[in-house]
Amino acid sequence: MSSTVSNLGHYQAKVARSRATSEPAWIRWSLIAIALAFLSLFLFIPLAAVFTEALRKGFETYIAALVEPDALSAIKLTVIAAVISVPLNLVFGVAAAWAIAKFDFKGKSVLITLIDLPFAVSPVIAGLIYVLIFGLQGWFGEWLIDHDYKVIFAIPGIVLATVFVTFPFVARELIPLMQAQGKEEEEAALVLGASGWQILWRVTLPNIKWGLLYGVILTNARAMGEFGAVSVVSGHIRGLTNTMPLHVEILYNEYNYAAAFAVASLLAFLALVTLALKTFIEWQSARSARTNEQSSEE
Amino acid sequence: MSIAIRNIHKRFGKFHALNNINLDVPTGELVALLGPSGCGKTTLLRIIAGLEAADEGSILFHGSDATSRDVREREVGFVFQHYALFRHMTVFENVAFGLRVRPRKTRPSEAEIHRRVHALLELVQLDWLAGRYPPQLSGGQRQRIALARALAVEPKVLLLDEPFGALDAKVRKDLRRWLRRLHDELHITSVFVTHDQEEALEVADRIVVMNQGNIEQIGSPQEVYDKPASPFVYKFLGNVNQFHGRVHAGKAHIDTLALDIDGHHETDNTPAHAFVRPHDIEVLRERGTQPAFSAVVNYINAIGPLVRIELQRQDNQSIVEAELTRERFRELALQQGEAVYIQPRNVRVFLDVPN
Amino acid sequence: MAPDYRTLMHLLTDEKMAKRHHVLPGFNLSLGYTILYLSLIVLIPLGAAFLKTTELSFAEFWTTVTAPRVLASYKLTFGASLIGAFINAIFGLLTAWVLVRYTFPGKRLVDALVDLPFALPTAVAGIALTAIYAGNGWIGSLLEPYGIKVAFTPLGVVVALTFIGLPFVVRTVQPVLEDLEAETEEAAASLGANRWQTFRKVILPAIWPALLTGFALAFARAVGEYGSVIFIAGNMPMVSEITPLIIITKLEQYDYTGATAIAVVMLVISFILLLAINGLQWWSSQRNAKSAE
Repeated sequence: MSSTVSNLGHYQAKVARSRATSEPAWIRWSLIAIALAFLSLFLFIPLAAVFTEALRKGFETYIAALVEPDALSAIKLTVIAAVISVPLNLVFGVAAAWAIAKFDFKGKSVLITLIDLPFAVSPVIAGLIYVLIFGLQGWFGEWLIDHDYKVIFAIPGIVLATVFVTFPFVARELIPLMQAQGKEEEEAALVLGASGWQILWRVTLPNIKWGLLYGVILTNARAMGEFGAVSVVSGHIRGLTNTMPLHVEILYNEYNYAAAFAVASLLAFLALVTLALKTFIEWQSARSARTNEQSSEE
Repeated sequence: MSIAIRNIHKRFGKFHALNNINLDVPTGELVALLGPSGCGKTTLLRIIAGLEAADEGSILFHGSDATSRDVREREVGFVFQHYALFRHMTVFENVAFGLRVRPRKTRPSEAEIHRRVHALLELVQLDWLAGRYPPQLSGGQRQRIALARALAVEPKVLLLDEPFGALDAKVRKDLRRWLRRLHDELHITSVFVTHDQEEALEVADRIVVMNQGNIEQIGSPQEVYDKPASPFVYKFLGNVNQFHGRVHAGKAHIDTLALDIDGHHETDNTPAHAFVRPHDIEVLRERGTQPAFSAVVNYINAIGPLVRIELQRQDNQSIVEAELTRERFRELALQQGEAVYIQPRNVRVFLDVPN
Repeated sequence: MAPDYRTLMHLLTDEKMAKRHHVLPGFNLSLGYTILYLSLIVLIPLGAAFLKTTELSFAEFWTTVTAPRVLASYKLTFGASLIGAFINAIFGLLTAWVLVRYTFPGKRLVDALVDLPFALPTAVAGIALTAIYAGNGWIGSLLEPYGIKVAFTPLGVVVALTFIGLPFVVRTVQPVLEDLEAETEEAAASLGANRWQTFRKVILPAIWPALLTGFALAFARAVGEYGSVIFIAGNMPMVSEITPLIIITKLEQYDYTGATAIAVVMLVISFILLLAINGLQWWSSQRNAKSAE
């Protein structure tokens, strides 16, 4: 009964808005048109261009560009970089969010700012700092040569740079989420005798699963698509240290546009899948938030 | 299991949440920690549970020091104010949680867990909800599931933080009677926190009235209501009229009146506050032999078994509240605006500077 | 004996305090790991950059970071970032408004695609923008007759930086706009304000902190951007060469100290921006908290 009444109230409020607090139709439609024109110029047309350019020389050329050995090894390296850096930042994100959301300690806000730091740093600088440490003239340069390890212009450097640029994503998703959820459920589990790991696995992680997945998806998208930072540490060795975005650059600079756009279209497709998943997760978590709210109101 | 609380201090920054708290809870008693918000009652409860650490002092369970004992080893059941049910688990899994997380050696078998969870769900009369998720339950149902979950680990002590705080008035009343009956059945030593005096008076064996990190009074509901130990308790439990005056040689002098009081024979002209419950204000049409103020009837509220009358004293225009039975009210046949006499009985005084 | 006992208890409780201050488990482990990982991945490497510049005297440092070609790159990087952020502030606000207040076919799809610049690799964005804004591209060929060249000019840099900053304003303003109560607007209307007055005096002040935050985020992101810019910029020294590219060029010439000196200048500016953004977000949350009461 009460819900019917409140729904009705809501409905009336909406009707009221469209009368007293909305704009005439011609303004509304012009604003929509301007917004869509803006988004078309900067989003939709570039996106469409990727796929058109990729298929410009026909489907066979397209496939050929993707199965060529250098392209395959670039895909492989991109996947490796993501597969290593995503779990690293995932574990870090959970640990950081646990410490920050469940406890009070001095310097918490400083810590949060520091976690945000990689967002503010240019990707080029992210690559540079690892060159300074592990490069030939770097702190560990000689030691690495003596022991025959390669970091810069090799996979470890690419992974490090990727980890840096995707560093805050999971933590940034989880911290506000876990702060909002409070610690009562964890305390309840504790009183019932659960150990720390039991609390984490059985209570905390199930509660943050959507936020976690969201963070992972964003991390993965950025990890696979990173260009600037990886470009500095990779050395652009074809077939060896080229990730997909770097491969796109090389093909493009060789005026092999069709192949460049073919590989780019794979990345664009990945971006679209990311957005689709993201939208789905937002919808899911909004739904579960809504059911929680509804029942706590009655 | 009895609980002894010894010299507990707790500070949050500069704020004294608890100031040298001493309290004994005998085995099997149901004790209410009563006070306004911010008085430290929840902090004390959390310290008993081990969810918060005291700065000083100790907690004894059954005579043995439990101060440094981990929450998990204290064998307490804790019911949170907002229930803190695990929202991604069914009601059954919520109640079973405490059994499932036990180390393999002491974990009951699956069949045993089933038996015990269903027994508990029957105890709280919600067995039919076993497969539901917390968001699908009403507030009162969630509260009872939270209690069943706390009881599942067979705690020696049950701690409840504002157990009925988030419920509406009707459900509250039903649930507190139910809790009282449950306690009479199980006899677990229980402590619950509340800011609702009516709730404490109705449910508890004993009431601990707290204010600003101190215990103001410990006693049975009857005691704290009839013989409040401090002005705070007087004002917090029920309505009361407050007068300013002086105490001199066994009498309270309030403006023109000199009222008899208990004790204070030696007190010499000391400023004091006097407290009189509304039902101890006698309303008269004629001035009797006893001292009385003259007053005017301002407002009459005759709903319910008692008639509440707001009176205005004619000497200083201050407001006095009186409660009359319906018979007495009919006898007097009072009308709004009429002039009457009011006579305070059972006056309790608290000296402004305690001697 | 009594005082002895008390001191003993004191010692014990003090020790206990240190150990049992936090009741939930895992504080030391999680915070320790957080700080260790943060130090290894972020803080120490960034520190290395600052340490590296100490190899230069201040005069050398100053000459490096104020060389004409470098100064021109600052002008382009910050100028184009500022213009891009402005464009995004205006059109991002408009987009957020349209997405929150109006309904039109395909709205949900548009809403989801706004995040594309977050998800699309910058190199892909770079070549795609170049392809359409070049003289023979879909849009470039339309502009060419009017003498407007976008690709391979500073204008191209603005286009790329607008693209990568696009979601920030929309996504910071959108939730604030959604939470805005219809009642305040109705109140304004009932007091005789027209729509434009209501927008300027009631709505805009409420979303102002969010708008500024989004602007600052878009600006900060644009300043460091590399991948999407280098394809469309043309990279002509003194004209269309951005600062991150200068860093890369110096690295390729093995001028590590030179590259690092310029990097440090950019880092300091980024830190200041980050602090400003944090301040703005704090302000914005204070605002919201107040209105929630």
